[in-house]
Order: sequence, then structure tokens, then C-alpha cells
Amino acid sequence: MLDITVAIASGKGGTGKTTVSSNLALAASRAGCEVYYVDCDVEEPNGHLFLKPRITGARHIHVPVPAVDEEKCTHCGLCSEICQYSAIVCLEKTILTFDKMCHGCGGCAYVCPAGAISERGRDIGVLEEGHSGPIGFVHGRLTIGEAMSPPLIKAVLAAGKKDVLRIIDSPPGTSCPVITSIKSADYVILVTEPTPFGINDLGLAIDMVRELGIPFSVVVNRSEAGNHLAGDYCRERGVGILAEIPDDRRVAEAYSVGELVFDTLPDFRGYFTDLLISLGKEAKR
Amino acid sequence: MKTVVTAQGQYLDSLVDLRFGRCSWFIVADTKTGRFKAVSNEKNYESSQGAGIQAANNVTRLGAQSVITGHCGPKAFRVLQAAGIKVYSGGGGTVAEMLDRFKKGDLKETETADVEGHWA
Repeated sequence: MLDITVAIASGKGGTGKTTVSSNLALAASRAGCEVYYVDCDVEEPNGHLFLKPRITGARHIHVPVPAVDEEKCTHCGLCSEICQYSAIVCLEKTILTFDKMCHGCGGCAYVCPAGAISERGRDIGVLEEGHSGPIGFVHGRLTIGEAMSPPLIKAVLAAGKKDVLRIIDSPPGTSCPVITSIKSADYVILVTEPTPFGINDLGLAIDMVRELGIPFSVVVNRSEAGNHLAGDYCRERGVGILAEIPDDRRVAEAYSVGELVFDTLPDFRGYFTDLLISLGKEAKR
Repeated sequence: MKTVVTAQGQYLDSLVDLRFGRCSWFIVADTKTGRFKAVSNEKNYESSQGAGIQAANNVTRLGAQSVITGHCGPKAFRVLQAAGIKVYSGGGGTVAEMLDRFKKGDLKETETADVEGHWA
């Protein structure tokens, strides 16, 4: 049985990452695979709206930030110098810290000759684990207003079984949260739509995945007869298309009420079982 | 007494740069002697985050007792306040005009940050 980690990503948002991830999870589970669904889009997780998991465990995730003992501080300024994010500022008579700027590297505490800096945890969000029938489930919810998601994404990725088919629902885009989500995957599926915006952002996503050196292919969602935008672009760049899911109002209607099309639209089942088979073939290469 | 004016250029007739953290130049003026020098803020101008904090830190290192600028965000303001530097935001026109108004006591000290932070 398939026991790889596959990340579902896209350059553009709203192309169908969660539709592909959640329906692929269900298709694989029905086919007898042990599946673990990992929703890494911690800024706006939505996989739970479709898989409706029973949450059995939750815990807060913290990032280390500096705590300065002003009594010990000699105001030498080494901490300010090493900090690349302006999270700690040493002035003549006082020292200031900016928790939200801190990336938690520990550099300030490391260089402090007076031992005045220790680390304390700052809560950035919640990790919730559970299961949707036989499908294992984990996601993170980043606290609103919080700018730094990678530490929470890393905690989400560390959760759950590893020797099963892990389906990672990635955030959109090509920046740090996406790279954190997909860099440990065995395979990446880039979901796109055949629109100028979709193709432009697909191009950026292809550049990103090639840079990371992860094998990948494309799924074209909301595909229309006679629209060759995605097909032509992928051919031009030498990228394979793993599946094309047709544009259909019923898919949008199912999505709007949190239904999985694999369950509610029997004529769509084939697209996801075929995708699973194609993925299995890719994994063997 | 040293005053820093954020400026778009290196001279007294340069326009005031309305941004504090990402201004092009700091004009450091000694209001007693009338002498001034220009210090580049290029490194901060290009930083991805923390420009206001770093700029404020640099202003303290320049030995200034006050800053004249267009707008000042919350983090930069916190650093300047902690360092005991007076902030005069709402500036405009040329550096020379602002220094003139400052010397006449025509500028009102800013009590809080007058714009939102850009990052979280």
C-alpha cells in the first residue's frame, strides 16, 4: 500500500488544494490505504470542514522568545548586534524586546556574556489531532494577528503516524509557510486552474518545487473543454499532468456545504481513484 | 543639542522624508552651532522587517536628543521613548524649514505613535 508523504500545493489560492487533498484522502482510505491528513494551512485551515474529524487532543504551541534579567545585563549590545530581526534592542540604560519580531533562533541568549538572557515560551496557536473515521487528522490554528506560522507548521508535521499515506494540505503561495510544509514531502501535487492568474502562479510554484528538488506533477482543477492554457503551459515547461478535474457547478455546491464530492457525486469518484492510481505509479518511479 | 531630521536627500534644502524607519537620509543637525551632517539609512531602507526599530536604534547612536519626521510607528516610538528622545512627527517641507520651526519652538512633541505598525 501507498505509504509516501504527498504535499498538495499551489501558487494561487483557491485553486482546489483542499478539494483534492480531502477527496484523495477519502479515495485512498476507501481503497484500503491507511491515511493521515495533515492540514498545514494554519492561517486558515479548512480540511476539517469536509473531513469533520472528531478532535481527541489539543495542545498549545510555543516559540522561544528572550526574557532579559535587567539586573545582570551590562548593556554591551551583543544581543542587538546578532539579532537579524530587530527583536532585541540594547540602549544605554535599558533593553527592549519585541516578541513578535523574534524568530526564536536563540542567538541573543547564546552570545550574552552576562548570562542575562533566558528563553520563555510565547503561545502562537493550537494544534488539534483526531480522526475522521479511519483517516487520521491533524491541523494547526495560528492565533489571529500572529505573523509567524512555520513553528506551528513544523509541530503539525511532526504529529501522527509516519509509515502511512500522509496527505499534506499546504498553504497557498511560494513563501516560508509553503516551503516549510512541503520540503520534507516525497512528492508534490501542484493544483492549478486554467486561468491566466492560475497559470502565472503555477509557474512560480514550479520554480519553487524544482529548487527544492522534489518530484512533482500538476492537477488541473475546474478544467474546461477547449481551454488549453494549463496543458500548453505544462508541455512548454516539461511538467506532467496527473489529473484533470472538470469544472462543474455541483462541485462548488458540494463545497459550499462542506460535502466531499467523492461521497456525494458518484460520477466524480473516478477522478480521485484515478489520481490515486497515478500517484501510486509516480511513487514507484 | 543634536536633532535628527528624516530627509529624502543629503542637504538642508532636501525634502523631509515622511517615513521614519525607511527614510533615505538622516540629517543630524546641531542646533547650537548650526552645523549638520547627512547619514545614509540605506541599510534599513531595504530591510524586510524591523526598519523602524533599527532606525530608532541608529538615531540613539547618533547622539540625538530629538527627531523630526513625518510619521512614527509604535515600535520605533517605543525605542525612541525608552532612549529619552523626543519625537516631532507631522513634519513636511524642507529640512531647513523644519529646523527653523523647531528652533522657534513651533513644533509640538508627539505623545504616541501616529501610524500603525507594518508587521504584526
